[in-house]
Amino acid sequence: MAHVQDIEIRDTAARTAAAVEEAQDIHGEKMVLNMGPSHPATHGVLRIVLELDGEVITKADPDVGYLHRGDEKIAENMTYTQFIPYTDRLDYLAPLANNVAYALAVEKLLGIHDKLPPRCQYIRVMCAELARISSHLLGLGAFAMDTGAVTVFLLTFTEREKIYNLAEAASGARLTTSYTRIGGLMRDVPPNWCAMVRQFLKEFAVALAEAHTLLTRNRIWVDRLRDLGVVSKEMAIDYALSGPNLRGSGVNWDARKNQPYLCYKDLDFDVALGSVGDCYDRYLVRMEEMKQSMRILEQCVNKIPGGDENKSHEPVSIEDGKITLPSKTKVLSSMEELIHQFMLVTEGVNCPPGEVYFGHENPKGELGFYINSKGGGVPYRLKIRAPSFINLSILGELMPGTMISDVPVILGSLDFVMGESDR
Amino acid sequence: MSALESANKIKAKFGALISEPTEFRGEITVTVADAEKIFEVCAYAKSIGFNYLVDISSIDNYGEDPRWTLIYHLRNIDNGIEIILKTDVSEEKSELPSVLPVWRTSNWHEREIYDMMGIRFSGHPDLRRILMWEGYPYYPLRKDFPLAGKPSDLPGVAFTKISPMEGGPFVTIAGGNDSIAREPRVRTPESDAVEFNARVEARGDNKEARGQAFGPGPVDKK
Amino acid sequence: MSQTEYGYNSKIEGDVVLTTVDAALAWFRKNSVWPMPMGLACCAIELMAVGASRFDISRFGSEVMRFSPRQADCMIVAGTVTYKSAGFLKRIYDQMPEPKWVIAMGACASTGGMYRSYAVLQGVDTIVPVDVYISGCPPRPEAVLDALMKIQEKIGKQPILQGTVAAKLLHLEEK
Repeated sequence: MAHVQDIEIRDTAARTAAAVEEAQDIHGEKMVLNMGPSHPATHGVLRIVLELDGEVITKADPDVGYLHRGDEKIAENMTYTQFIPYTDRLDYLAPLANNVAYALAVEKLLGIHDKLPPRCQYIRVMCAELARISSHLLGLGAFAMDTGAVTVFLLTFTEREKIYNLAEAASGARLTTSYTRIGGLMRDVPPNWCAMVRQFLKEFAVALAEAHTLLTRNRIWVDRLRDLGVVSKEMAIDYALSGPNLRGSGVNWDARKNQPYLCYKDLDFDVALGSVGDCYDRYLVRMEEMKQSMRILEQCVNKIPGGDENKSHEPVSIEDGKITLPSKTKVLSSMEELIHQFMLVTEGVNCPPGEVYFGHENPKGELGFYINSKGGGVPYRLKIRAPSFINLSILGELMPGTMISDVPVILGSLDFVMGESDR
Repeated sequence: MSALESANKIKAKFGALISEPTEFRGEITVTVADAEKIFEVCAYAKSIGFNYLVDISSIDNYGEDPRWTLIYHLRNIDNGIEIILKTDVSEEKSELPSVLPVWRTSNWHEREIYDMMGIRFSGHPDLRRILMWEGYPYYPLRKDFPLAGKPSDLPGVAFTKISPMEGGPFVTIAGGNDSIAREPRVRTPESDAVEFNARVEARGDNKEARGQAFGPGPVDKK
Repeated sequence: MSQTEYGYNSKIEGDVVLTTVDAALAWFRKNSVWPMPMGLACCAIELMAVGASRFDISRFGSEVMRFSPRQADCMIVAGTVTYKSAGFLKRIYDQMPEPKWVIAMGACASTGGMYRSYAVLQGVDTIVPVDVYISGCPPRPEAVLDALMKIQEKIGKQPILQGTVAAKLLHLEEK
């Protein structure tokens, strides 16, 4: 390298904390520690400025935004369909769930979110539940690895590879699936997909039991997690937590039960609730949610309209030329379909003017899309209600009083992802 | 108590300040005429049961006055009733009271809106940027800020250059009268805004507005 | 390791000892590349998958994913680099001891990817010198392993003792 450029980061957060410390603390007992963006235990690029008194944290100021990519502004320049790949990268641990959430939000704007064909609804539910298992597995694996239980990480990743196989068979990509489209799905699942899901469920039951054996009654694990990071019911509601964090504190809110969408009304499952609101509760809620997701998946593979191979050719997309692309043979032979195809690709789905909000039960919490449309195929404003962003705001209140070695435990139990938080 | 009843209850308490509830896709919205009173309205809403603030969104109505619209999504977590409060803020003022004392989650929401749109919240204890870095001179989500960004010339922070192919990404805009208007090319908000505003005025009913979304193109004066 | 690499004719090759030590050192070095995972976004998940049991990166010697730059050889930039992250990324790169290499994993690290917006650095090669670019969004773990193999090839060809003080003192330099 010819020259070295020295870059100074103007860091008012740490400077302010240090100044306050100087002013108040004559003996200089408190130390400002920067738990920087590049850290193995922060689950992504999160920076926390900690003020320590020995081992005990007195102040914690999370600094987010290191992965802010400008998704909301990009959305104002893309048609609704063109934005689908960006939704994959929001919560990149469960991309299928984000796809489903976004598609449902746009379909609510169009007014068709309850008119989807049944096979499409079942496949979307299966995708969302697989994504839930995938996300909880990684959250659990990374959480356990940060506290020292490294075996669980490899165990969970093996199971996630199986889910990647399923996602790849359905959509073509392991991680960034972009599987749903406005009004339906990209394509139907291959004929052996349901059989693969059944096989996965058999193997996953064994792996989940193994993870339970390794952790749930493990003396070290329980000691580290018990009575730490207690979030009371009122605090959870006031800070607008969602997902397992909210249910871990005992608040019975699950969008799948309270505001049912797709075919969740026809499916039988329980909602896991915690009692104390500590890290151990949140861990148990996530483990139980995985079990319930397995239960939902079993019901879906048995009840899916059209069965495994869809011999009766159930549609997976709404057959409306103004919303979904018509079949290629018709496009190449008939004028009306050609025009529909052309309008949809160049101009996008023409949505009516208006605004909607749709909150989907994502594994991390409630992923909401607020879409303000002035007509046409491009939204005027798309706001993403990111559960991780809102869950992180509680850190300033949750961390003081704990010790520094409790930080990875609290962060792991909140299970956030920075792609979603910073958008 | 359904959402409509809650909306009417709020309207009964505040009278002319609250508009008639409107409904779209099952969501009830009321508009608060004066943004300065948003704290009182929110505090009352919390007292009648809306204890969960789902989201605060902000919209930039570029070219219209008032420029900013803020949307508060409220929910009663015990029975699932949801209601939306909307309020407008003019550009000269660009400030309204913070609802932090009502719901503590609004702390980060308001910081984000300040960061992205530049709307200030009076009474917020710690209003600083959250997604962009301290000292970033622009408000990125405003309509007159280009997607590709502007170079920020703060020394030593970072080298923010415009993304290559200077002038902005080549996007196709759904809308515009003909394919020449719709073809992918560089679009800057300055050139877009004038024609958009003209189209907003020229726009009659929904049917005429079909396909004429935010985007440039020769405007048909009807 | 094929024997022909060490085949020599002392009349033609000359400083045989230096070349062999070089090759041996290069072989040691390339089979123990310790990555510093700069896992920023979605590519980090595929990087973790490379480290997990199915696509085992420790087969290639890179088992130890050191998060400390002082102990790492190769920085794998996995994910979107924003302008806010650029400062600390460069700082961490500067803290790595020589010799060091950089793999830009994924479309976002190589060129900014599909995020051409106000907050995203259009390619990490604007701030650090990149040796291998991996395309993909995210690249398959096999692609990451392929990139690692390319780095290993590059390291294998890199002369180690040539030009150092030790070589001068021992009169091992070829003029």
